[in-house]
Amino acid sequence: MEKALKTKEVVKQPPLRQVPNNQNGKPRNNKWFQPQGDIPHRTYVMISITSIVLLFALWSLLTYSGLVDSLFLPTPTDIFQSGVVLFTEYGFVGDITVTVYRVLVGFAAAAIIGVPLGIFMGTFKAVEAFFEPVISAIRYMPASAFIPLFILWIGVGELEKVTIIFVGTFFSLVLMTAVEVGNVRKELLEAAYTLGRSNFGVLRSVILPASIPGIMEIIRLILGWAWSYIIVAELVASSSGIGSLILESQRMLKTGNIIFGILTIGVLGLLSDLFLKVAIRKAFPWHYGR
Amino acid sequence: MKNPKVQVDRVTKIYTGNKKNAQVLALDTTNLTIMPNEFITILGPSGCGKSTLLRIVGGLEEQTTGHVYLDGEETFGPSSNRGMVFQAYSLFPWLTVEENIEFGLKTNEMTAAQRKELVHNYIDLVQLKGFEKHYPRQLSGGMQQRVAIARALANDPEILLLDEPFGALDNQTRTLMQELLLEIWEKSNKTILFITHDVEESIFLANRVIVMTSRPGRIKADIPIDLEHPRPYSIKIDPRFLAYKEQLTELIREESLKAMMEVK
Repeated sequence: MEKALKTKEVVKQPPLRQVPNNQNGKPRNNKWFQPQGDIPHRTYVMISITSIVLLFALWSLLTYSGLVDSLFLPTPTDIFQSGVVLFTEYGFVGDITVTVYRVLVGFAAAAIIGVPLGIFMGTFKAVEAFFEPVISAIRYMPASAFIPLFILWIGVGELEKVTIIFVGTFFSLVLMTAVEVGNVRKELLEAAYTLGRSNFGVLRSVILPASIPGIMEIIRLILGWAWSYIIVAELVASSSGIGSLILESQRMLKTGNIIFGILTIGVLGLLSDLFLKVAIRKAFPWHYGR
Repeated sequence: MKNPKVQVDRVTKIYTGNKKNAQVLALDTTNLTIMPNEFITILGPSGCGKSTLLRIVGGLEEQTTGHVYLDGEETFGPSSNRGMVFQAYSLFPWLTVEENIEFGLKTNEMTAAQRKELVHNYIDLVQLKGFEKHYPRQLSGGMQQRVAIARALANDPEILLLDEPFGALDNQTRTLMQELLLEIWEKSNKTILFITHDVEESIFLANRVIVMTSRPGRIKADIPIDLEHPRPYSIKIDPRFLAYKEQLTELIREESLKAMMEVK
């Protein structure tokens, strides 16, 4: 206690010499406006919560007051009710299952073929030279533009939906994996050679373990894209899935259903992302610290 | 007369750029004979081709002309009989200290228990007891380099090649690491080839200091260091040490000035 008082006294003492101008800078009490300055964690969280609360408040104000027609933007309670009705009367769980299934199958196929191909491209220049030009070119063709072509080729069944997810994710997955693998530090490869490893040994015991955390992060990122491609796929010629429900609701002017469908996709994407994020951190403690 | 451990015979290295005529002579005709149990340091300004020479001996780069012999037999490419320690960040980040040191041990020649014992001997040697289960990123730069040295030694190579291994460390740590390396050499009597641009380091560690010229790299002087072993750190203020330091500083200064004036 006494010590604390003393400290205060010292702090209160006037500076030895008054600074006559601003050339020595000013004491920084408020870090909010300091570029890249840190703010306390609690403050950070509070500001974040405020933004969500404000958005919700604005929405409530606009809808409950009747300023905006409920046809365009329903109230939070309406949307909650739409959700309850969807789950209880329209079998929404079935739609969710179908959508999740399509995303997982299409993306798993892309990953099972794309990741090994990317690893070989990143490791061997000859493989890269062979595949890179074609894959780079296709990568910039939007997957959604292929939908009419796929319908023409393979109809409107499950295979078409899954194919769209595959095409939407495969090419970027390959190229990004190749870059990740190509960035493995050369010193690591050289160290392995001087420790007696063969070419294949280096691929197996250096390149693979060194690049796997990065590849998992790429998978996490691109899985996020798959959730937007599935809705595009389901908006066109589909009778099941969240996307088709959204389109159906628009025809019936059920705005609440549309918004609830969008929110559901958002939550699904967020959950899959969080799951992978935690799993990756748990799986590679050497990369992220413990 | 003993047979040489390593012979570098008329080795040159020319780097060829993508453009025509864009050739750089990195290493001019170089001869070097390393006897068993010698500790040789190669001293030179940055970009003088000293790393190129080391990497050619290690098989990580191919010479344009000439030959490298180990125990009288010509070498091609990297192999576990020439251990290498790099400047930094060459540990496998996904392996613990133990696992890094074990990486080069041949699984078919030793039982798991034998490997474990060997690894622990080397952990003791580089004074890292208690850090066996740590990952590289949890270690300081000096500790990481100690693991790298242990990893290279555990394989029992014929020659240990070190490419400015303490270059990224702070001065105090570097001094301690030099003492540790010297102690290891005195105990194990390995043949060591060590690259540095630090004059003091080159004298303190070596039996012979090889001074290299810059652009093209060429051996300028070969100076035997006649100081007794074990060498305490206090030898760095011994008059004989200081005389070597003066001589080498003069030699290297000319080269540094020349290198500085050249356009890249």
